[in-house]
Amino acid sequence: MTISLVPFVASGVLVAAGVTLLLERSLVRLLVGVILLGNGVNLLIVMAGGPAGEPPILGVSARDRMADPLPQAMVLTSLVITLGVTAFLLAVVHRSWQLTGGDEVQDDTEDRRVRLRATRGELAGSVLARREVYRRLVREQRAELARLEEARRERERRDAEEASKESRRESAGRMRAEFARREREQAAREREIRRRLRERRRQARAEMRAAIREDRERQARAQNPELEGDD
Amino acid sequence: MTVQALISIPVTLPLLAAGLKLAIGGRQRRLQALISVVTLTTVLAVSLVLLVAADTGGPLVANAGGWAAPVGITLVADRLSSLMLVVSSAVTLCVMVYSLAQAYADQEYIAPLAIFHPAYLVTVAGVSDAFLSGDLFNLFVAFEMLLSGSYVLLTFGGTESRIRAGATYVVIGLASSLLFLVGIAVSYGATGTVSMAQLAERFQVLPGYLKLLVELTLLLVFVVKAAIFPMSAWLPDSYPTAPAPATALFAGLLTKVGIYSIIRLEALLFPGGPVSVLLMWAALLTMLVGVFGAVAQTDIKRMLSFTLVSHIGYMVFGVGLSTAAGMAGAVFYVVHHITVQTGLFLVTGLIERRTGTTSLDRLGGLMRVAPVIAVLFFVPAMNLAGIPPMSGFLGKLTLVQAGVAVGGPLPLTLVAGGLVTSLLTLYAVATTWSKAFWRAPPPELAAPAGTVLESEESPVTRVRREEPSVTRAHGTEGITGREIVTSVTMPLPMLGSATALVALGLSYTVLAGPLSALTRRTADELLAREPYISAVLGSPR
Repeated sequence: MTISLVPFVASGVLVAAGVTLLLERSLVRLLVGVILLGNGVNLLIVMAGGPAGEPPILGVSARDRMADPLPQAMVLTSLVITLGVTAFLLAVVHRSWQLTGGDEVQDDTEDRRVRLRATRGELAGSVLARREVYRRLVREQRAELARLEEARRERERRDAEEASKESRRESAGRMRAEFARREREQAAREREIRRRLRERRRQARAEMRAAIREDRERQARAQNPELEGDD
Repeated sequence: MTVQALISIPVTLPLLAAGLKLAIGGRQRRLQALISVVTLTTVLAVSLVLLVAADTGGPLVANAGGWAAPVGITLVADRLSSLMLVVSSAVTLCVMVYSLAQAYADQEYIAPLAIFHPAYLVTVAGVSDAFLSGDLFNLFVAFEMLLSGSYVLLTFGGTESRIRAGATYVVIGLASSLLFLVGIAVSYGATGTVSMAQLAERFQVLPGYLKLLVELTLLLVFVVKAAIFPMSAWLPDSYPTAPAPATALFAGLLTKVGIYSIIRLEALLFPGGPVSVLLMWAALLTMLVGVFGAVAQTDIKRMLSFTLVSHIGYMVFGVGLSTAAGMAGAVFYVVHHITVQTGLFLVTGLIERRTGTTSLDRLGGLMRVAPVIAVLFFVPAMNLAGIPPMSGFLGKLTLVQAGVAVGGPLPLTLVAGGLVTSLLTLYAVATTWSKAFWRAPPPELAAPAGTVLESEESPVTRVRREEPSVTRAHGTEGITGREIVTSVTMPLPMLGSATALVALGLSYTVLAGPLSALTRRTADELLAREPYISAVLGSPR
């Protein structure tokens, strides 16, 4: 059986365009895709009946030149069916537009639930990571403080040794004054460090609390049983 | 001759009744109900007669309009067709009685009688036509009939969630129908006929690649309709949103029409071939993926939809084995599954009616609150899971025996997969049972009878309600977000039809001997192919 190329290519183009539109998310495009696809397929059925011929009526045309009437009967049926179902789909699209104001295909509830669960997991992960960062910061600052304390004690010990070695009386007063001044400076520095550290810790705690609160709110929204909320 | 005149009745009578009901409209409630019940009872009686006649005297053939077989539209009732017809009409009758009783109890007449019932009857006619049709194009028309009826049933009421699910469902139905047309066009171009009997002969002489192409195209269509694994995602999304009787009808029949078509395709048109291996893989994945989905659900309707997908795998398993024992097991399982799954969905409708929800997070203590519903749920649930001696066990046993008899790595893997699926199904229904029926009942269950609970009421969707005493309250919702009527007392016909289905499921155990003998004869007839072909073409050769 040979078929003419033009309807074959036309059918192929219609089907390709239809499938492309069928993959869209907009319901109207989808509808147009269905119409194109239906026409392409119906053209294919007509072609399945073989080459064109004369009307299949006995006594009017010769037997070997008649067209095959069966595919034409089938294509009529399928045209009517496609038309009816397309009309129904159009009604559904219109109703969907009435209800939602858009014509996008909406996600199914299971998809939404899975996605919410995933974002919830991500949020919990990010909170944990941030908490870990703050903990490390606090640990590092504590270690720094301990190191400074150690250094100060060491210096005091060395100073005391030096002072005992150098037993000169005239220098003793000067030394003592110098020592007291140094000690005061040291204490002031230390206080400053402690204050800054406290402030940083307080700030970190506040930040963490805010993050946790924000995350709880999002979780509460995510757990909304209606699943209607557009997050 | 007289019996052959009956063949067209399961198709034409529901169609006529649907037209009549559309013409009558919303008035004449008693007449409307009478038409529905009488129609479906007649169809059931006719199907029984056809089954007996086809079982004793071989396939029956009717040619529409007097056109002879290869040209005209042929209706064929062999053992498989008439057995399917009997089960489907019994189930549709029960579901119809249930929905009538529900409409009466809720004082809702206009919409159900004027829209729901005609759509329902068209779907029933489509299902019957699909079982009876003897040519491929008529099968397409039957699919369109049952699909267009189901589109209306699924989007019934036009609430947001139903429209959302309906849009996807309609597009999937349309796409698979167009693919079906492609398959018909290719097979007509290759063989010059659409009569199945003639196709069965002519496909044998086609070159291998062309045969495989046609087979895969048609198989893909039926795989979508039957919701077999790679193509099953649409089902659990769309089915639970429909009204309870519609979901029961869909769950029982629509996917089984796909299974029926696959059986015809594999047994009659393309016997033996590389595709059976593909089918067995699909069966394994369908069983496992479906049941894993079921285990994860927290809503009874969604859970049941996933078990529906999962148990379709058993039937495909039987078909994929392509032995007489496997085929017989598949047919037995189809009969069992139609009844049990429909019964479960109806009982879920009762639960929803009693409590206003099917979410397991809100249910509890139903055992004490509604013991009748508890028993009605427990029996088919255990039947589904395959507890001996119920028919679910017998069906699975037949399939396992058939799989072991074939042997080889893939069938044995499937046997193992089937057992795991059975166990996980038991787990899923047992979880549902303990959450919904045990535990302490939540306070909502003490709500007064007749309360209308709803979660979504936009100004456009207002269901007309004539009963002024019914009060409205917000607060409880199903997954569908629609109006749900709850009441403590169940109308007797609703309980009765659900009980009838549960009892029908149990009766397969009592009738297991004759039934499995019948399915065995059906499988033999299917695999022999000769009776069907010679009955249709009229020339024994």
